[in-house]
Amino acid sequence: MSEIERHSYDVVVVGAGGAGLRAAIGAHEAGARTAVVCKSLLGKAHTVMAEGGIAAAMGNVWSEDNWQVHFRDTMRGGKMLNHWRMAQLHAQEAPDRVWELESWGALFDRTKEGKISQRDFGGHRYARLAHVGDRTGLEMIRTLQQRTVSLGIDVFMECTITELLKDGDRIAGAFGYWRESGRFIAFDAPAVILATGGIGKSFKVTSNSWEYTGDGHALAMEAGAPLVNMEFVQFHPTGMVWPPSVRGILVTESVRGDGGVLRNSEGRRFMFDYIPEFFKAETADTEKEADAWYEDHANNRRPPELLPRDEVARAINSEVKAGRGTPHGGVYLDIASRRSAEFIQKRLPSMYHQFKELADVDITKEPMEIGPTCHYVMGGVEVDPDSQMSKVPGLYAAGEVAGGMHGANRLGGNSLGDLLVFGKRAGEHAAAYAASTAASRPAMADDDIKKAGDAALAPFSRDGGENAYTVHRDLQETMHNLVGIIRTAEEMSRALQRIEEFKTRVAHVSVEGHRQYNPGWHLSIDLKNMLLVSEAIARAALERKESRGGHTRDDYPATDPSWGKVNVLCRLNDSGTGIEVFQQDLPQMPDELKQLFDDGSH
Amino acid sequence: MGYDLKMRVWRGDENGGELVDFTVPVEEGEVVLDAIHRLQATQAGDLAVRWNCKAGKCGSCSAEINGRPRLMCMTRLSVFDPAETVTVTPMRTFPVIRDLVTDVSFNYEKARQVPAFTPPEGLKPGEYRMQQVDVERSQEFRKCIECFLCQNVCHVIRDHEDNKQYFAGPRFFIRYAELDMHPLDTLDRKEMLREDQGIGMCNITKCCTEVCPEHIKITDNAIIPMKERVVDVKWDPVTRFIRRRKSPEQPRTPAKRADTAGS
Repeated sequence: MSEIERHSYDVVVVGAGGAGLRAAIGAHEAGARTAVVCKSLLGKAHTVMAEGGIAAAMGNVWSEDNWQVHFRDTMRGGKMLNHWRMAQLHAQEAPDRVWELESWGALFDRTKEGKISQRDFGGHRYARLAHVGDRTGLEMIRTLQQRTVSLGIDVFMECTITELLKDGDRIAGAFGYWRESGRFIAFDAPAVILATGGIGKSFKVTSNSWEYTGDGHALAMEAGAPLVNMEFVQFHPTGMVWPPSVRGILVTESVRGDGGVLRNSEGRRFMFDYIPEFFKAETADTEKEADAWYEDHANNRRPPELLPRDEVARAINSEVKAGRGTPHGGVYLDIASRRSAEFIQKRLPSMYHQFKELADVDITKEPMEIGPTCHYVMGGVEVDPDSQMSKVPGLYAAGEVAGGMHGANRLGGNSLGDLLVFGKRAGEHAAAYAASTAASRPAMADDDIKKAGDAALAPFSRDGGENAYTVHRDLQETMHNLVGIIRTAEEMSRALQRIEEFKTRVAHVSVEGHRQYNPGWHLSIDLKNMLLVSEAIARAALERKESRGGHTRDDYPATDPSWGKVNVLCRLNDSGTGIEVFQQDLPQMPDELKQLFDDGSH
Repeated sequence: MGYDLKMRVWRGDENGGELVDFTVPVEEGEVVLDAIHRLQATQAGDLAVRWNCKAGKCGSCSAEINGRPRLMCMTRLSVFDPAETVTVTPMRTFPVIRDLVTDVSFNYEKARQVPAFTPPEGLKPGEYRMQQVDVERSQEFRKCIECFLCQNVCHVIRDHEDNKQYFAGPRFFIRYAELDMHPLDTLDRKEMLREDQGIGMCNITKCCTEVCPEHIKITDNAIIPMKERVVDVKWDPVTRFIRRRKSPEQPRTPAKRADTAGS
């Protein structure tokens, strides 16, 4: 035990994306001794890939905008399954979080008056997204990174947490390894904030980076905290489809927000054929009206290309299935014929660059080929909306790893705001909680630390077992084919059978080489998390017998109002061998907020 | 359309290593990182490489490909002749940890020395007003994805370990330029840039600009203007008097790495 490196903090933040860094800043400023632990180098987190912007009702472009309108858009986009209190806090606090970034050095694009410019996005009534071209996530991560560094917060880079340790019911710390050396490290801390992001690496076609292996989701369940809404996985409508090597890489929604349209192989602007009843009143039904909307929001309705992501992704899926897809199995996204080359290069520089370099396509001259890609998980750790504490005392979650805020479907632009608003809240509340434990600080047991180390090293002790990369590829294939964008009970049951087989295979994975910077070993540990998360998604999706938002059932195609009253939750079963699901009533929205929906639109 | 690609990949650690030959099947449209991943999955499970986004946005997978500093995820195999052997080695300016992974902590040390953005006193968040034309110069530098290829290629430190302590490098020259050109920043860092960060050692060979995957005009738009501004401050007693402010207190708490963290 003596050789294990140990540290003691008040608050340990796992993850250094937008939520993790904002949480660390919040905890530090509240007086807590704070550490950030992250799998990659600082500044490389998946947040850098966010393109479009941060939704915040600042009213810089449309003075009619306010938090109530943003709240209403968020709830409707989430098919009313969001935790109302999270959606409310988010809409109320997002503007202050954006302005705060500016005071830390962020440089957003400007309006003519010199305020922060705001752009249109799917599901938002007004142009609301603060942005920097199409690299808003990079601006956000760099600003938070620079703030974190200037405050002198300790950052443990390339360090992976494999287990959370408890003292009785309470969190006592976290255990992990340095990727560089393979040596173990343990953090004594009464409060741990999970800010580990999402789960996309369980799927074959995804816009997510290698880190997205569901670590926080799995760590929470193993520590006894349930997950909520795991059946809702967002497939972003526009990922690259060609060449195969880049399949899944994100094409920002800003292309459509800035005038791009979707066409099938017959040249038809097909989204007019897929306007659901729920959004008919606010969606244009002619090309003329849709095109006029960009200049005049007051007298025209929104183009159907800017419906929420779940609607657009399903429509693309249907067009391809009906044989009206492109040669590589996508549809066309065309901005070349609609905007000048100069406009496109100014507004969408990263997209121009990405297509030019990776696909030999000049998006100012030709349409892009795009198709749905696994992008975001709405589900995550069930948290108290105000404090972000899970059901386990001392364990917090913020950002994508937390559930509730986005309901059945997340609107574009609501993720970056989510990271900031709830990151700050988690950090401050975790600091206060840690201070309250001073008289009876929980302690990690040496035996638990030893067990965690043994578990991490197990793949080295096995000879001749399967290679982790092969098991990972097969898991991705299974999730993509059987629990993907359109689901049936029969296919999901098959997926669950396979997942049982994968459990055996993962338990026999062996790795070559030694502990120093060994990706094969790292993957064998991450695989366990991906498997738990995959099971949670499949079980929750099998449980919800309706279609809603990011969950579409071919065998239950309609949205069922009775399912609109309950959440599906997942937790580890008593023997720790798998996941069990249970239902819970949706929290009740107070009457003054209900009135915002009194136009009969829900 | 696929073919068998011949590769030579450097494998080893701080104690030394060698180029190892591999043959790996590749497909149309693939990039060097795809070939490296296929090696990992099928022939060398413990081959160490950093990568995150595989979309040219995070700047993790920097290496030297046939001697040229590049991002592996943005280097298409179609730029090479199928008969050509593609050689991948780690960035030379930074110490090797293992295989293609280097210790880039030098850059994180230099980042800690940059005094933070300092807005005018009394200006509240939400009250900031700046024109687009005035933020664009700094926005160019904030496109930086911190791949550190410019640091890697810079002659001042590439084969001159001794210079590292006196020289921030191109990545941080654009950071100082960004802050200097920020319409609302109030702190003067020019004296520091000259004395502690070594901008004078740059002899404008533009190698950094050439390798920048974000096409930032590092030399023309940041280093040359900053060299001029530094000279103005140093030699013009009037501007020097007006611009110079008290040297700021710098945050010095080190970020932890395996080799430096105390236990």
